[in-house]
This record gives sequence, structure tokens and C-alpha cells, in this order.
Amino acid sequence: MLDIATAYNRYKFLGHEFLTWLWYLIETDGYRLGQVEPPSIVLALGKRIVLENPRENHAEKVTIKGEYANFEAGILPLRQGSLVTELSLQAKSAEMTWEFNLKGESLSVSNMKMSTTGPIESLDDVEGALLEKVYLIETILQFIDMLFERFLKIRVTSDWDEKVVPRIRRWIIKNEDRSNL
Amino acid sequence: MSLLSSAISITRYRVNGTLEDPISDTVYLGLRKNMLPDIEDVESAQSAGWASFQDPFTPSFEGSSFVYGNYFVFSLRIDKKTIPSKLVQKYMAIEIAKKCQATGREFLSRNEKKMIKENVISILGLRIPATPNIYNVLWNYEASQIWFFTHLKGPNEELETLFKTSFGLVLTRIFPFTFAESFPGMSGFDLDLLTPLSPTKILR
Repeated sequence: MLDIATAYNRYKFLGHEFLTWLWYLIETDGYRLGQVEPPSIVLALGKRIVLENPRENHAEKVTIKGEYANFEAGILPLRQGSLVTELSLQAKSAEMTWEFNLKGESLSVSNMKMSTTGPIESLDDVEGALLEKVYLIETILQFIDMLFERFLKIRVTSDWDEKVVPRIRRWIIKNEDRSNL
Repeated sequence: MSLLSSAISITRYRVNGTLEDPISDTVYLGLRKNMLPDIEDVESAQSAGWASFQDPFTPSFEGSSFVYGNYFVFSLRIDKKTIPSKLVQKYMAIEIAKKCQATGREFLSRNEKKMIKENVISILGLRIPATPNIYNVLWNYEASQIWFFTHLKGPNEELETLFKTSFGLVLTRIFPFTFAESFPGMSGFDLDLLTPLSPTKILR
């Protein structure tokens, strides 16, 4: 059995590959995210992407920020071998919205903002507001978990190397060509 | 950071093990065991303990005040005394001058200065009140999950230690490997498939 710290460092690349795969899915099939039945939540890229090139002696880090994270600026680091380490996302369902940063190596969310819960005017309102907020958080975390489960189940099969990686590679090259025009 | 803040950060944990029935009574006893004392411990530089979600400055968990729907919600409060270094320097200079005058010397040895510094820190520590930091904890007992509303390293380490002391249960932080190892949706997933994986070189 692996020690926790070793497992964290040894397998953090899975989180980076997951975010890179997720970006590819959002850009190529944002509505369905590669599923036959469209999920109840639609994801879009947020205002920040962090990419890292895991070289042998040192890691190169590129952060892209902006109102609409510059898609083309992110393609070049991908072309040079970087993977996405942090991704800012916007999510929407029929009644709810979320904005948050997702970090690959820890699968942790930060700076999460979401649809507002009812106002708290008395102590009696606290429990209602809390349960509503927990429901909102749970909904988006379950969605992220579902996506990560899907990724892991693909990642351990030969489909990853034979189908998914070539598709991501083609997407990067095609968009690099487009950004060079 | 509060669960009800407009922007939140969450560190997720898996809870290993179960509690004795009745569960809410066991949780109550665990919280009480390491509840932050009402009166400030004037001497220690830092103290940490459980506090209630709604009223973290009046430690009490009476009347199941930590039960919200199907969740246990409470806070980890860490009271820390921070003495500004410039204040230490000021009082050190005063004490050194006093001692030089009393002994008729121009300089003090390194050991004497060290003792003066320790004394100054100890006296200032008694005078300066601790600053409370409150971090909410949400425990979904049925799902064996904890959401801790901060990513800060110190409070997360404190949570892991205090949780084990209070409830006898070990927390495992969720990250890609531990997710694959035990998340509900991953049941039946062969972890041996994951073990030999190495990073993919998508390009170059």
C-alpha cells in the first residue's frame, strides 16, 4: 500500500491529464461533453487556465487570465508538451450557476461562487440557507466526480492511447495552425 | 472561511470507519471532548478546538445544535497569538538599555540578549489577545465524507489530528489516487490497472 504523500505526488499527473481532457471536451463538444445524452449541467471555460510543462529538471508554468481565458494562448503551451494544472470553469443548469477553480493534483475547488441562496433575516433562516447551499455544492461536486470517474475509466483502457490521445493531439495541432493564420 | 460566504474553497476528506450508535450522541461527546474552552488560555501561543457553527465564540453543542438536516456542521476554531516583530524589537531595546544601565556595561552577551527576548515574548504574549480563525466543517456521515472549508495547510493538519483525537476516526484527503481507491462511483474499479500508469506525452 502506497504512503499518502507518495500516492499524491506519484499520481498527480492524472489530475493534470483530466483537466486537459476536460478542456478538449468543452471546446469540441461543450454541450454533451462526449456523452450521448447531454448532461444536466453545461460547462464552459472560465477566466483562468494554468498550464505546466513537467520537464525533468524544472517545471515551466504558464498562467492565462482574462475575461474569456485566451484559448489560443493556451494552445501553444499544450503544443510544447504542457498539461493543464488548474482550470477556471463556469457551470450552468436550468436553475443554477457556478463559477470555480479546479485544481488537478488535488481535485479541489476554490473561489466557488454560485447562485445565491435566500436571504438570512433571522436565526431560523440559517438552517434553510445552509441546506440550500450544501445542495448547490453537492450538485456541482457530484458532476465533477462523475466526469473524473469517466476519465479514470477511459484512462486505464487502451482507448486512451489509441483513440483519445490522438484526438486531443489532432485538436491541438489544428488549433495551433488556426492561431498561426 | 464560512460555508455561507459568497466564495468558498473546499478540501474534501473520506472518513474511515464508523461511530457507535446513537451516532449523534457520539458526535456530541467527541465535539465536547475537544471543544475550545470558553476562557482564553492566556499562556499558550495557539489553541485549537471545536466550536459551534452559528456561535463559534460561545462554545456549546447543547440541543443538537450541530445537526442540520442529514449533516453534522460545526467549526474548527484556531486561536493564535501573533506578536509583531517590531514590538518585540522595541521592548528588547528598552530592556537591553535598562540592563546595560544597571550593570554599567556597554554590551550584553548573546545569551543575555536571548534570555531578554524570551522574557519579552512571554510578557507580550500575556498581554496580547489571541486572534480567532474559524473554519467550517460539514460531515456527511452517510457518505463518509467531510468538507472542510479552507485549503490552508495548517488548519487542514489541525483538522486531521483533532478529528482523530475526538472521534477515533482517520481522515483521508481526496485527490486523484484516493478518489480511484475508494469513491462510491469507483466500486468494482480495479486499482491494479492504475498502479502501472505513467504520464502521457500528448505532444513532444
